[in-house]
Amino acid sequence: MKRVLETKEVSGQSPNYLLAKFQDLIDWAVNSSRANSLWPMPFGTACCAIEFMATAASRYDFARFGMERQAFSPRQADVLICAGRLPFKLAPVIRRIYDQMPQPKWVISMGACASTGGIFDNYAMVQGIDTIVPVDVYVPGCPPRPEGLLYGVLLLHKKIRGESLFDRTPRRDEQPLDERGLRLPPEQIDEISEPFGNSIHQFRSG
Amino acid sequence: MNPSAEALRATFGGAIGRAVESCGDTIVYVDRAALLDVMAWLRDTPGQQYDYLVDVTAVEYRDRERPLELVYNLRSLERRTDLRVKVELDPRGDLAIDSVVALWRGADWLEREVYDMFGVTFRGHPDLRRILMWETYAEGYPLRKDFPLRGRFSRAEQVRQALNANPEAHYSMEELSIAEAYDELPPDMRERLRRGERDKIPNSE
Repeated sequence: MKRVLETKEVSGQSPNYLLAKFQDLIDWAVNSSRANSLWPMPFGTACCAIEFMATAASRYDFARFGMERQAFSPRQADVLICAGRLPFKLAPVIRRIYDQMPQPKWVISMGACASTGGIFDNYAMVQGIDTIVPVDVYVPGCPPRPEGLLYGVLLLHKKIRGESLFDRTPRRDEQPLDERGLRLPPEQIDEISEPFGNSIHQFRSG
Repeated sequence: MNPSAEALRATFGGAIGRAVESCGDTIVYVDRAALLDVMAWLRDTPGQQYDYLVDVTAVEYRDRERPLELVYNLRSLERRTDLRVKVELDPRGDLAIDSVVALWRGADWLEREVYDMFGVTFRGHPDLRRILMWETYAEGYPLRKDFPLRGRFSRAEQVRQALNANPEAHYSMEELSIAEAYDELPPDMRERLRRGERDKIPNSE
């Protein structure tokens, strides 16, 4: 397989041209299949889940984009959609759900709270689910409109179409928790979780 | 003013503090030691019949001189009357008080919430442990005024503790829907439940 990778890099040259084209064809077929049949695992914890339901319902209907079946079991899901704020008490739960999903898998962080903690800059709330699981698409909004989530899904399609079966660099979603039980270095988590916007005017008391 | 306030003063005398009326509700301040007697009297005496404990909560004020107040909202379904009973505690002192679970079974989770958020211990409570935060939560009592808004630990430490928590350990075996089927669970799941911090597993040795 390593040899195939090397041939791809010099695909402009004649002996490998057909092979590279063949690889592109396989990538196109696989990625189109994956992108157009994403099965979402809804992880709805708050008001974003209401918008998620609206996106799934007939008016917006993300089944048009291949999300026909919502997988309420992580074992049959491709994309984890975290819709809503995530308290620390739920952090091990979403991590276990993520670990239970088979490869390949993607994560959409829907809404301000899932992406950054949002207005909940307090003792109980995870400041962005990217401190727990790797995130592919962040959808801003409080909550995002269904159009916003659909746009996020289309961005994820775009990302999936750019992947290659022949790229053997380790996928970042295969990174397990380290020996401390963390996904990122502690200083990076502290940096991600720092207050921003209006919360910089709130100080630790006591 | 609710006539129960006067009746309380006639019965318990010095154990009853001031009674005030606020927004149409009567608030009676009760001495901490007499709480259980007062509550039993309010529930069982004909003419009082406060048979429904609506809520138990607590208030700590920003003014450090003011005591921490424990609030009991009572309602008589029979007489359609409300009464609010308050107990003042010293936030820097011993935050312990008698539990009223023996009088109203519904006080169980309400008192657990007050314990979880304010650190008030209820003597005689059958199962006093945290209810909103997880049981291994080590940062203190979040609704106290000396508790920092974002918690005492760094965010990385909070994430680390959260990710290392055992999700099943938040519940006692009695609360899990699988409790009845414990004997039929696969051994590894049984072992995982056994290792949880709860340490209350029926049918174990």
